[in-house]
Amino acid sequence: MSGARLEVRDLSKSFRGLKAVRNASFEVPAGEIVGLIGPNGAGKTTIFNLIAGVMAADSGTVTLDGHSLAGLRPDQVCRAGVGRTFQIVKPFAGLSVQRNVVIAALNLAPDIDAAERRAVEILDRLGLKPKRHQLAGALTLPERKRLEVARALATGPRLLLLDEVMAGLRPTEVDVMVGVFKELNASLGITILLIEHVMRAVMALSRHIVVLHHGEIIADGTPEAVTRHPKVLESYLGEEALG
Amino acid sequence: MIGRLLGEAGTRARIALGLAALVLLAAPAMVDDYLLTVLTQSLFFAYLGQSWNVMMGFAGLLSLGHAMFVGLGAYVAGALFVHFGLPPVIGLFPAMALAALVGAAIGFLGFRFSIQGVYFALLTIAFAEFIRILFDHFTWVGGSSGLFIPVDNRTVNDLVHLRGTPEMFYYLALGLSVAALALSRLLLAGRLGHRWLAIREDQEAAQALGIDVFRAKMAAVVLSAAMTSLGGVFYAFYFNNMFPEQIFNINLSIELLLGPIIGGLGTLIGPILGAFVLTPLSELLSALTERHALIGIKHFVYGLCVVLIVVFLPGGLWPWIARRLGLDRPPGDGT
Repeated sequence: MSGARLEVRDLSKSFRGLKAVRNASFEVPAGEIVGLIGPNGAGKTTIFNLIAGVMAADSGTVTLDGHSLAGLRPDQVCRAGVGRTFQIVKPFAGLSVQRNVVIAALNLAPDIDAAERRAVEILDRLGLKPKRHQLAGALTLPERKRLEVARALATGPRLLLLDEVMAGLRPTEVDVMVGVFKELNASLGITILLIEHVMRAVMALSRHIVVLHHGEIIADGTPEAVTRHPKVLESYLGEEALG
Repeated sequence: MIGRLLGEAGTRARIALGLAALVLLAAPAMVDDYLLTVLTQSLFFAYLGQSWNVMMGFAGLLSLGHAMFVGLGAYVAGALFVHFGLPPVIGLFPAMALAALVGAAIGFLGFRFSIQGVYFALLTIAFAEFIRILFDHFTWVGGSSGLFIPVDNRTVNDLVHLRGTPEMFYYLALGLSVAALALSRLLLAGRLGHRWLAIREDQEAAQALGIDVFRAKMAAVVLSAAMTSLGGVFYAFYFNNMFPEQIFNINLSIELLLGPIIGGLGTLIGPILGAFVLTPLSELLSALTERHALIGIKHFVYGLCVVLIVVFLPGGLWPWIARRLGLDRPPGDGT
């Protein structure tokens, strides 16, 4: 398994006249980790939903290794190699933690036994193995976030879309997650696009950061360059702060 | 095969299952005709409940119109027998095919246009009513005055024509419920069952994990419809008569889903347990209240019992009993 290259070109989406995303273009090279940041309501999750096939774009294209994802349903996008997590976690609360991940592993696994082996391995990687026989509904929020990641990983993605998986975690837990993603990226070469507000995680993980504001990309570059970009400072801190 | 069916079932569960099987196999030798009828009807409702549970318990699709599949099965097999002498052992195939087709039509309309939850349930009621009215005016099968299958009390059991002794029908109902239990068990342990559970829990998340929600839901409706219609074939040749007013009635739809709800939604044993509580309860109440002139007292007490179980054991009887017997596993997780 290796990472896939994601390319987003001139992507636009409006909701009843409100332009949620305008002409957004960026790319995530194969095997890279890219952070997508921006204030609340900037359109980050909308971009994820457009990539994942939850909704159709008004215009623009999304391609994975050169293949268009246009018109595909979410399950087809998943089978094309895109795994995603949800900002508002969606565990299968009435099923065991292990079964949650087994279901995801069935995306590629030839049979239940193979899916179970894969699930246990991934749960171990995310430190959820001791809890695997509990109901997913009984997990704490940080554990649910990790379960989201475990499920997305179990589908065998070449591109992983992470939507605020660090939110609500303690700093030490953030460090653990950062370690997990670095390791995944290094060992499997999975490409990662992450939406994140926890700057500690974004700075530690991303080789490249895309900044979105009011649906438009206002900066795109290395973490150092982006955090010094005047437009970024303005959108995050307000004009007055800049003096 | 048997190993796969038992799967991870523990020693206690195996012993309990073995005991239950022994009692059920030996029952006809130990009870009188009346009790045998009650047991046969319990098994019949266990089978219907198990079939309904495939949709609601596994895939989370609420059907309030399952009587239509019972009716379609009964009418197709019954009419083919009455008009063409086609034995039910062959007639069950067109019966199941038609029910599956109607199920597919409901599923297609419902899922293609994203009709969910209560609205999907309304769609199933609408279809059941539509079919009831259709049969009410369908004179070829007797219209509203019903279809009768010639009664012919043979002493020799004839499985091909489903004519025989009460014992034969008892074992037939037992066979049906065991087969439905085994099928449900295999489905839950397999790929399709996992997809259903995911959809039941969270459709959006299921889709994001690569599950084709439309196909999986269609499979649940088609399978559940076909299974239920086989119960209808049994109905036709056991009761020997059918009326649209009765067999397509929402009362039957409700009666067959109470078992799995009381027993434990989404569990494998729940539908059986529920049927074995409710059917005898109903009979018992009839016997107790027949001397009292109070109209509706039976239904009142029956309803009260159902309400009490739902209030005090919202997960159903089986998860509660399983915990007590140490057969515990998370509810809905393949118990």
